[in-house]
Amino acid sequence: MSFWSHFSYAVTIALLIAGLYVVIARGNLIKKLIGLSIFQTSVYLLYIAPGKLIGGTAPIVDGKHAVYSNPLPHVLILTAIVVGIATLALGLALVVRIREAYETIEEDEILDADRAADRDGHGA
Amino acid sequence: MIGQHLPALVVVVPLVAAPLIVLARRGAAGWAIATAASLASFAMAVALLLQVRAAGVISYAIGSWPPPWGIEYRVDAVNAFVLVLVTALAAVVAPYARRSIAAEVPADQQYLCYAMLCLVLAGLAGIAITGDAFNLFVFLEISSLATYVLIALGRDRRALLASYQYLIMGTIGATFYVIGVGLLYLMTGTLNLADLAARIGEVQGSRPVLAALAFITVGLCLKIALFPLHYWLPNAYAYAPSAFTAFLAGTATKVSIYALLRFYFSVFGEAATFGALPMREIFLVLSIAAMFLASLAAVFQDNLKHMLAYSSVGQIGYITLGISLDNQAGLTGSVVHLFNHGITKAALFLLAGALVFRLHSVRFADLAGVGRSMPLTAAGIVVGGLSLVGVPGMAGFVTKWYLVRGALDAGSWAIAFTPVVSSLIALWYVWRFVETAYFRAPSAAAAAAKEAPAILLVPALGLAFACIYFGFDTSFTVGAADAAARTLLGGAR
Repeated sequence: MSFWSHFSYAVTIALLIAGLYVVIARGNLIKKLIGLSIFQTSVYLLYIAPGKLIGGTAPIVDGKHAVYSNPLPHVLILTAIVVGIATLALGLALVVRIREAYETIEEDEILDADRAADRDGHGA
Repeated sequence: MIGQHLPALVVVVPLVAAPLIVLARRGAAGWAIATAASLASFAMAVALLLQVRAAGVISYAIGSWPPPWGIEYRVDAVNAFVLVLVTALAAVVAPYARRSIAAEVPADQQYLCYAMLCLVLAGLAGIAITGDAFNLFVFLEISSLATYVLIALGRDRRALLASYQYLIMGTIGATFYVIGVGLLYLMTGTLNLADLAARIGEVQGSRPVLAALAFITVGLCLKIALFPLHYWLPNAYAYAPSAFTAFLAGTATKVSIYALLRFYFSVFGEAATFGALPMREIFLVLSIAAMFLASLAAVFQDNLKHMLAYSSVGQIGYITLGISLDNQAGLTGSVVHLFNHGITKAALFLLAGALVFRLHSVRFADLAGVGRSMPLTAAGIVVGGLSLVGVPGMAGFVTKWYLVRGALDAGSWAIAFTPVVSSLIALWYVWRFVETAYFRAPSAAAAAAKEAPAILLVPALGLAFACIYFGFDTSFTVGAADAAARTLLGGAR
C-alpha cells in the first residue's frame, strides 16, 4: 500500500481537483470549458488504470497467456470520450454564439450587460 | 412478437425519429414525426405498465446478451410509472409544440427543435428503463446534450448563457455520477444494477463505496436541482422555448430523482444509504430549505416563468422530503409527487407558453388584467397554481397528505408542519398572479390580446383538468406510487 501502488489514483484526484477548480475560479467561458475537459479526463484515468494488469495481454484465450487485462473499462471510456467531445463541441459552439450576441466571453461582463439591459427595460 | 420488444422500442422509436426529422429538414414533417413517435412511446409505456401489473418485473436483454454481461432493461412498478409520466407529457407537449415553436423559433431551426425533443424523450425514457449503471450515464448525457441545444434555441440572448451554465453544471453532475459508478465498478466488477445490489454486500461500508454514494448523490442532486444546487434551473426554464420548458419541467428533474431512488433503495440498500452517512439529516435540511427559501424567492420574481421555475425548486423539496422520511407513506408521497408535480408544472408552463404566444412576454407588468382578455388561459393557471398550493381536491393535496402522514409515522410533528407552512408561501406567489391577472387595470398588451388558439389551449387545459381529476380519483396515481414505494422499501428488484 505504498504511494506508488496508488499513483494513478493520486494523478486522477489531482486532475479532478485542478479541472473543477478552473471551472469554478475562471470567468472566461473558454477557460471554464478547458477546466471541464480536464475534469472529465480525470475520470477516464480512474476507469482505465485499474483495468491494466502488469504483464497482462489482450483477453484472447490461446493457452500461451494466463494474465489478461480487463477490456471493459476501455469500451466504457471510449463511450465517455465521445460524450466528452460532444459536450466540448456543444460548449464551444455556445461560446461562439455568446460572443456574437454579447461581444465578450467574460462571464462578469455578460452578466453586467444583462443587468444593464434589465435597467433600460424598466426605464422604458 | 413485438410485445416482447416493448422495453427496447419505447426508447428506440424516439431515438430513430430524431435523425429522420433531421433528414426531413422541414418543420411540418418534423412535427408530424415527433408527434407520432411520442404518441407511440406513450402507448408502449402504458402497455408496459399493464404488463408489469399483470406479470411482475420484465427483464429484457439487449441484443440477447444475458445480464449481467449484456445491458439489461428492467421494468418494475417504479420505473413503469415514471416511464408513463415521461411519455405522457411528451405526447401532450408534442401536439402543442407546433404553433408555439412556430411563434418562438426561426423557421429554419424548427425541425431541429423536434429532433432534439425526440432525443430528450429517448434519453429520459432510457434513464427510466435501463438496468445498467453506465448505460444510465449515456442516456443521461443524451438527454442533457439535447436539452442544452433546446434551451439555446430560445429567443432571448440570455438563453445562450442559461444553456452554457446548465452545460457546465450538468456535465459536472454527470461526471460526478460516473465517478461514483466507476468506484462501484472497481469494488464489485459489475455495472448491472441488480448484480451490483447483490454484490455490494461484501464491500458494504468500505470507504470507496461510501465515496461512490457521496459522488452519485451530489451528481444526481445537481441534475435534480436540489437546493442549493439549483443555480442553473431558473434561467434554463425561463429562456427555453415555452413548449420545451413544459416538457423539461415536468420530466427531467423527475427522472433524475427516480435514478437517485433507484440507487438508494435498490443498489445501496436503505440501511446502508441512511446508516453510514447522515443522508436523512442532509436531505431533511436541504428539502426544508428548498421548500421555504426557493418558494420565498418565487414570490419576488417579476416574471411568471421565473416564478414557476423557483416554485419548481421548492416543489422538488417536497419530493426529497419524502425520501428523507424513508417510510412507506413518505415515499408514496415522493413518488406520487413526481407525477402530480410533473403534470401540474407542465400545465402551468404550457399556459405560460400560451401567454407568450399572445403577449410575447410573461413579465407581470405585461400580464396585468389578462384574466379578462384570456379568461381560459388565466383560469387554467389559477387551477395549476391551486394544485401547487395543495388545496384539497387538487393533485398537489394528495402529495402533501402522504408527506404529512409520513412525517407523523416518523414521529415528528415539526416536520409534518413544514409542508403545510410552505403551502402558505405557495399561496402567496399564486395570489400574485391572481391579483395581477384579475384585479389590475389591463396593460396595453393584455387589453389587445385574444384568447389563445385551441391547439395550445386543449393540451394545456387537459393537463390542468388532470390536476383536478387526480385530486379526486387517486386510484391510479396513489396505487402506482404505493406499489412503487413498496418495491423500493422491500428492496426487491
